[in-house]
Amino acid sequence: MYVAVKGGERAIEAAHAWLAEERRGDVEVQELSVAQIREQMSLAVARVMAEGSLYDPDLAALAIKQARGDLIEAIFLMRAYRTTLPRFGASRPVETGDMACDRRISATFKDLPGGQVLGPTFDYTHRLLDFKLAAEGGAEPAPRAEPAPEAVPHVMGFLNQEGLIETEASSDAAPPDLTREPLELPADRPLRLQALARGDEGFLLGLAYSTQRGYGRNHAFVGELRLGTCAVEMDIPELGFAIEIGEVELTECETVNQFTGSKTEPPQFTRGYGLVFGRAERKAISMALVDRALRAEELGEDLSGAPAQDTEFVLAHADNIQATGFLEHIKLPHYVDFQAELELVRKLRAGVTREAAE
Amino acid sequence: MTDYNFAYLDEQTKRMIRRAILKALAVPGYQVPFASREMPMPYGWGTGGVQVSAAVLTPEDRMKVIDQGADDTTNAVSIRQFFEKTAGVATTTQTAEASVIQTRHRIPETPLTEGQILVYQVPIPEPLRFLEPRETETRKMHALEEYGLMHVRLYEDIARHGHIATSYAYPVRIEGRYVMDPSPIPKFDNPKMEMAAIQLFGAGREQRIYALPPHTKVVSLDFDDHPFEASKPDVPCALCGAVDAYLDEVITDDAGGRMFVCSDTDHCERRRAAGHRGPVAEEDAA
Repeated sequence: MYVAVKGGERAIEAAHAWLAEERRGDVEVQELSVAQIREQMSLAVARVMAEGSLYDPDLAALAIKQARGDLIEAIFLMRAYRTTLPRFGASRPVETGDMACDRRISATFKDLPGGQVLGPTFDYTHRLLDFKLAAEGGAEPAPRAEPAPEAVPHVMGFLNQEGLIETEASSDAAPPDLTREPLELPADRPLRLQALARGDEGFLLGLAYSTQRGYGRNHAFVGELRLGTCAVEMDIPELGFAIEIGEVELTECETVNQFTGSKTEPPQFTRGYGLVFGRAERKAISMALVDRALRAEELGEDLSGAPAQDTEFVLAHADNIQATGFLEHIKLPHYVDFQAELELVRKLRAGVTREAAE
Repeated sequence: MTDYNFAYLDEQTKRMIRRAILKALAVPGYQVPFASREMPMPYGWGTGGVQVSAAVLTPEDRMKVIDQGADDTTNAVSIRQFFEKTAGVATTTQTAEASVIQTRHRIPETPLTEGQILVYQVPIPEPLRFLEPRETETRKMHALEEYGLMHVRLYEDIARHGHIATSYAYPVRIEGRYVMDPSPIPKFDNPKMEMAAIQLFGAGREQRIYALPPHTKVVSLDFDDHPFEASKPDVPCALCGAVDAYLDEVITDDAGGRMFVCSDTDHCERRRAAGHRGPVAEEDAA
């Protein structure tokens, strides 16, 4: 006799045990340490911190280990941990102008104060598999230059002196937080930027690319791309002043886009902005392009119906944890709904067959 | 487990969710936005229901979790274990004994009573979503009671197929006001929604909570000449012989053999314990 499937509980336990075994892989091969992942998979760690919205390289490395290298799974682990953390307060806004830059380039000026600093980039490497790495992982120390004596100024500041680029209205209003409030539309720019900063890199890359190919085109110059560490300061009420509580590594991208203007206002360049935890250039540039595309309406541009210009479309689908959960939930049982559909299709088919026979 | 607060969520979050629930109960069928949290299970796997359950659970509660009507489907097991671990509440598979029942896709066959809470997991809370993808538009449509589009869709079904071609997540109208998605329960379950228990609906990914207080009027949308019909396979349960319970179709061999069994495992087990036998059980006994 058929017995309704029992043993879901045992099956789950066994599946978890098998998963743990698979995660470890061949036990003859040395186990990866969290420190190894943190140091040698640092770009994966950066992505997990950025999209997990939690700056903690050790936890991100642990999540990657636990997730067997599946970064979206690792991001999920970070997010689930993050929500359980109490909030002590908010830091002051980080000053990216004071960033200790490891890399800072501008595609709009050949040379400029602060200089072009390539930093540790893949950009001009030839993508040839380095078989030596398979045998040994040592690296010679790289040549060192003196660090820049002063803070490296933002490229956008130079354009701003001439009034050639729009000035962002400054505001002391607390930005909204979509991790604490439900997303309400229409979303203003701070909220959009928050959503993009934790959005899926691949999704943003695809959207940004689509704007370059004409779906909501707005040609972007990389005014500046900078990467380095910034101090995080927090006001301590008991002390009456702000103290530095740590440093975060950030990647910032500012784009210079086409001008708006009217009969009364002279044309000006417009801005797109990207800011991401860790070293994440691709994400930062993508974010800046998508940010700019989402400003089409406020800048009075023609809305072409391009996906990247559609705030509701972009914000509703940028989060990979939401996306992957809902996508994968179709693996769950749907016997009941499917039964209802089966019955309906049989009924509809019977109707057609009967009519054909008459 | 002491690493986490009772029922996992912190008290602030629970308070926020309870406020949303109270508002939802005050405006039946209205989707209340709430700041859904990331849970340690994926979005789309019941995070809305889990948050609602966490917000209403007390240490004295006895909880039942079902998926597709069954207590032993994997995700039901997983969610039940989550609350056993994080809240330490007693659990049960018996509908009548549970004070809080979290469900996916079914309403139990045993009528619920006053004092019980039924928590639904909801994937897409917006009944108009597949007619209009934009949230900004659908909220306007609800505000203006602009439900013509829904009736047009149902009419088009009749014109094309001779029947309304919606078999689950069949839209309902609440107290003559809001059109509501009953979550993907089969339309067989729709009439049960007028019940003595409190019904709470949680959609985590979509950040919405809605609710039905006891004995709220719930009308499945239909037309005078095409009245709503709660349908199910026209056979008895092969195991317990029930003729009034929703059935799952189970394929028994590779020659197209199949049988129908109760989707509500508790209902089926209790009937069999009381001596009821269906056709297959009779054969086995013989």
